[in-house]
Amino acid sequence: MSRMKSEEEYRKTKAFHFFRWLSGEKDPYIGNLEMKPQEEYIGEETSIRDRMRESQTVMDKVYNTKHNRWLLLFRRFYRIMAVIFCILLAGLLLLTVSYLPPTGNASNPDNNEVASRYIESGMQETGAVNIVTGMILTYRAFDTFGETNVLFIATCCVMIMLMVEDAELKKQEVMNDRRFEPKNDAILQGTAMILVPIIFIFGIYIILNGHLSPGGGFSGGATIGAGMILYASAFSFKKTQRFFDEKIYKIAKVSALCVYGLIGIYYYVTGANGIENHIPLGIPGHIVSAGIIFPINICVGIEVACTMYAFYALFRRGGL
Amino acid sequence: MSGQMGLEFVQNFPCFSIMLCMFAGIVSSAFKEKIARVLNVAVLTVNIILSASVFLFTVRAGEAYVYVMGRFPAPWGNELRIGVLEAGLALFFCIIMLFCLLGGRHKLVQEVEEGKQGLYYVLTDLMLSSLLALIYTNDLFTAYVFVEINTISACGLIMIRQNGRTIEAAVRYMIMSLLGSGLFLVGICMLYDLTGHLLMSNIQAEIAQIVAEGAYRPPLLVTIAIISVGLAIKSALFPFHAWLPDAYGYSTVSSAAVLSSLVSKGYIFLLFKIIYRVIGFEVFHDSKIVNMLFIFGLMGMVFGSLSAIKENDVRRMIAFSSVAQIGYIYMGVGMGTQVGMVAAVFHVLSHAATKSLLFISAIGLTDVSGGSRKFIELTGSGYRNKCAGVAFSVGSLSMVGVPMFSGFISKLLFAQAAVQNEGKMLPILIVLGISTILNAIYFMKTVIRIYTPVDDVEYPTVSWGENKIYAAVLLCFVALNVFLGICSQPIVDLIESGLRMFA
Repeated sequence: MSRMKSEEEYRKTKAFHFFRWLSGEKDPYIGNLEMKPQEEYIGEETSIRDRMRESQTVMDKVYNTKHNRWLLLFRRFYRIMAVIFCILLAGLLLLTVSYLPPTGNASNPDNNEVASRYIESGMQETGAVNIVTGMILTYRAFDTFGETNVLFIATCCVMIMLMVEDAELKKQEVMNDRRFEPKNDAILQGTAMILVPIIFIFGIYIILNGHLSPGGGFSGGATIGAGMILYASAFSFKKTQRFFDEKIYKIAKVSALCVYGLIGIYYYVTGANGIENHIPLGIPGHIVSAGIIFPINICVGIEVACTMYAFYALFRRGGL
Repeated sequence: MSGQMGLEFVQNFPCFSIMLCMFAGIVSSAFKEKIARVLNVAVLTVNIILSASVFLFTVRAGEAYVYVMGRFPAPWGNELRIGVLEAGLALFFCIIMLFCLLGGRHKLVQEVEEGKQGLYYVLTDLMLSSLLALIYTNDLFTAYVFVEINTISACGLIMIRQNGRTIEAAVRYMIMSLLGSGLFLVGICMLYDLTGHLLMSNIQAEIAQIVAEGAYRPPLLVTIAIISVGLAIKSALFPFHAWLPDAYGYSTVSSAAVLSSLVSKGYIFLLFKIIYRVIGFEVFHDSKIVNMLFIFGLMGMVFGSLSAIKENDVRRMIAFSSVAQIGYIYMGVGMGTQVGMVAAVFHVLSHAATKSLLFISAIGLTDVSGGSRKFIELTGSGYRNKCAGVAFSVGSLSMVGVPMFSGFISKLLFAQAAVQNEGKMLPILIVLGISTILNAIYFMKTVIRIYTPVDDVEYPTVSWGENKIYAAVLLCFVALNVFLGICSQPIVDLIESGLRMFA
């Protein structure tokens, strides 16, 4: 083996590092990274015993399957009947579907004046190139307002369930946040550093182009929410709270929903009373066009992003 | 394409009241509990005024009107449809809700964690908005969206008092209720596939045509069955009532009152709407599903009462009594006649007014019995809290069906409807009699129990002045009950004209 360079010189070259990495001789992360193998959760012995005793008591006292033959029989009967019932219901529904009009047939009842007006004059009337967005945010704006409120009320319910109000407990939850995984994972942080801005920009793009291309507030908001979750899990909540804490969450959520509601009520009342609507439709295809769809998409996007992130934060540590 | 011209300003009020509730819910989520509470009372009061003016307007106009939500008329856009029945029911629901929340407020403060009381008002605001939307809407899919809001907020109302039983009850409620929503959604999908519409009146026209042609008979039958069963699960008709006793029995008292008197009624009203405006009364009647509802209703009347008799917990007893009363309503629907429907609608009102009274007065009795709900502890509690004792007795008498109170009128209407119905007269009258006796057994047992004097009283006596709001609420409830019992004729007339406008 002839070599142009001496061993020492060769050790400094990029090629040496590359081949060493390739063969796996040295892991670049060992020593440079906080490592903590995942620990299996081991409960205290007394609590485990307590739980076993409780479930035994339930079985003995409430069900008493050993001595109550009828109950045992009934439970078996119940299980069998449940399976039979499910099979029957599924069969019934499948049978019903076979009677329904075949899919894609031109003479189907759902190919009527409703669908044809959406398709034919949807763009003129709503200003949106994407007819689906035009349909859910202009023709049926009231439904979509209800749908956005479903998300809002779902967050409220999760808050009732999981929000930690007690100050002492709250501190403990924050301390325990990283019990099962290492802090400052370099791989995750490096990836997040590159991906998070791209995800945010992509989410904003989906929201802003909701009336022009597939997408809109719901999908774009979900994308932004996913980006925020990635950021929070890579850099910890402390860093996320610098730009998104509970106060900002509340302001963003409430103002988004209120703006949507105000636009909505203006649109409903002017429409119902036959008053002229002062929101211009713009030129279809332009970014600022399509009347109420553009601002509503932004509001829906903010609400959905907040909801996604709030779910994550609430499930993880009981607070934003 | 603009909406109809020349609407009067009053005609905008249904839209305003739905949006107002939503705004109140959204805004109060950002504020502290106190502001949320004030906002909630304000919104309810404003809503009562708005609904009352719409009600007066529709009574004077004598016909229903359509309100287009937006620039595009239905079937392309959404619309509301408001008649006497809708406006009257909205007014009634707002009043009952206000009373329930005021009457249970002191328990809410005790039972719900401090930082979460504000969320309670968010939930109730959105609950009211969804109830109003369910009442007013003329579009099946809008109805589904608001059924979702209703379901989620009902779960929240149950579990906001956090102990093991309520969490279990909320999970059970959620599973059953989502099953109901799922069936309802499948039904809507099938209806859309068969008719190509989501707007109620258009679906009805298409269905009439389908039935006349004799096409699609099996899917239509399955659709009617699925929608009826879905809504029956959500309103706790007899074999589907397993979620009910825990949900009503352990949640905080305003939740129990709101759930029993309003939430289940919202779904029942949606079913009325579907019967009259989507499927068509005749088609629904001919489908024989109506007989299933009838049988379930009769069974509920008997078995609900039997479960209530066995119960040793006063709150759960009242909850089981709801199963029986829901059975009455479905029996009225199941008669398949116009008179039966009138009786059913009247019973919706009567049960809503009475059941919330019972829940709220029972809490006063258990409070003076050391918080225990067992009958043995309740002995003599009618003397310790006179106000709650009297109110509970009034509620019980009304439920049993004593003249002067609302329950009597609904039983009378059911009996009258039964006499006009040849095939079903005998079973209705027999079960009505049995059920009345069973009602009397468990309610009179409780009334006698709370008025049995005890010698060594270890619990404190409460005078009415100590919680004036509570006493006032009970008084209002009693007045409402007596009002429904005495001035029943004009109300029945209004229901009849409302049902005529409804179709």
